[in-house]
Amino acid sequence: MARLARLALDDDEVGRYAVQLSAILEHVDAVRRLDTADVPPTAHPFPVENVLRSDIERPSLDRDSVLSQAPVAESGRFRVPRIMGEAP
Amino acid sequence: MTEYETVVGLEVHCELSTTTKLFCGCRNAFGDEPNTNICPVCLGLPGSLPVINRRAVELALRIGAALNCTARRSIFHRKNYFYPDMPKDYQISQYDEPINVDGWLELPDGSRVGIERAHMEEDTGKTTHVGGGGRIHEASYSLVDYNRAGVPLVEIVSRPDVRSAAQARAYVDELRSILVATGASDGRMEEGSLRVDANISVRPVVSAEFGTRCEVKNLNSLRSLERAVEYEVERQIALIESGGSVSQETRHWDEGDSSTHSMRSKEEANDYRYFPEPDLTPLVPDAALLAAAGEGVGAMPAERRHRLSSLLGAGSDLATRTDGSTDQVVTVVDLGLDELVHGAVAAGADPRLALARAANEAAANPDAARLLDPVAFAGLVKMESSGRLSATQSKEVLAELMANGGDPAQIAGRLGYEQMDTASLDAIVDGVIVANPLEWKRYREGDDKVAQFLLGQVMKSSKGRANGKLVAQAFASRREA
Repeated sequence: MARLARLALDDDEVGRYAVQLSAILEHVDAVRRLDTADVPPTAHPFPVENVLRSDIERPSLDRDSVLSQAPVAESGRFRVPRIMGEAP
Repeated sequence: MTEYETVVGLEVHCELSTTTKLFCGCRNAFGDEPNTNICPVCLGLPGSLPVINRRAVELALRIGAALNCTARRSIFHRKNYFYPDMPKDYQISQYDEPINVDGWLELPDGSRVGIERAHMEEDTGKTTHVGGGGRIHEASYSLVDYNRAGVPLVEIVSRPDVRSAAQARAYVDELRSILVATGASDGRMEEGSLRVDANISVRPVVSAEFGTRCEVKNLNSLRSLERAVEYEVERQIALIESGGSVSQETRHWDEGDSSTHSMRSKEEANDYRYFPEPDLTPLVPDAALLAAAGEGVGAMPAERRHRLSSLLGAGSDLATRTDGSTDQVVTVVDLGLDELVHGAVAAGADPRLALARAANEAAANPDAARLLDPVAFAGLVKMESSGRLSATQSKEVLAELMANGGDPAQIAGRLGYEQMDTASLDAIVDGVIVANPLEWKRYREGDDKVAQFLLGQVMKSSKGRANGKLVAQAFASRREA
């Protein structure tokens, strides 16, 4: 799980979080015991639909000020370390 | 020897022609300076919230309708993965509740390919690899441009109904025509606004089950799609015949050496941990959305090709495709010049000549051609078919008509294209006969192949002013004399 989330955890942390995560899973398990056959899955807590905006352009950010906050930039682009494989 | 059947399913990503991105008001444009169309939403900065672009929803519904899909209530999910092309570390996509499902596309040969779904998602940023010849595995680092991150996409997933490389190509070709005709996309494969991945497998023809498939990426043209399917089918059959088996993997088409290569990434099963996007509300195709989606959408290419072909007369000897259309018909419909031809024919122009001038000369500048007055275009075609203008002159007048507009007869007059009088034509024809006695002898003895040469000589002497039909008549009457 730490690998999936790209977290570097030491052994102490793994032990501590394992306990906390177990508590969360137990709670999920309690919910799972309920009969939900007639309850549709809730993706959103409010009964609102089609919240949309018009296709109208708004100003973007200034590139130099954005790139000045990047660790490294080059030729107007963000510079990132070597990528180890193709995009998924 | 076992006979094998090819099985292909296609995933086509299509960028929508909206003004702005899917979830923010940044401009959706190809070729702008890197990172000039970015904001807190498409950079995934903390606290930013996405809002769905209404136009993108309308265009997605429009594509679904054109592909005979059912529009349904849909929601967005987060597809989580770590890769620098997406600064949020997830892509907002539709997962198990897509906006369009269960459609089909009919190809010009009458075959149908099922459409499983056509769902909405956002595009990712563009990475450029520096060092190692630009190849990802040998690069020393990469540069990222987020202008494309958040651009609206519709991904069209076909059922595995395609049975040959040629059919795969025909499917994407027809799909592209439809996407362009609906106005949902510009369909430019070379600019990446249309991207194709192919899932390819083979199976013995007696088998009811599908073989193991490989997904092939980097198909940047119809030609590379066709060649990649051919290559991959041969590779898989050879593998099976030699006692091996196909492993499910992603492969990369390399145009340079015309083959596919395993991407060799450390293959861990991808776990995208999809979950519903809490910042977006569900989409419901209500009456207002559906009406806007359908607004101004004309007939689809198949119907337009049929209408245009019917101008040529039933069972036309020009028909070269299985659906009875010609290459000229396909070109004219593809470029949206069919209304011009219909208008010209309604104004009395010869259908074949109008079609030919539209498909060849007008097509050289389709933007200008779409603005042509059909009546002026008809006037030009009539001048050519009556012999008042030669083919060469007609093309010149058409070019001028597209560039500056005007009246074709006046343009012809201004360019000095008066019809050559009979005496001058006769003089040139006789001159050509005297200057080419051997060819003339062969022609008189019945060698019709040399007729083209003699015609060419007359065109040369008359600087393209002679009317080809009249020249042919002049030679024929002298042969009989």
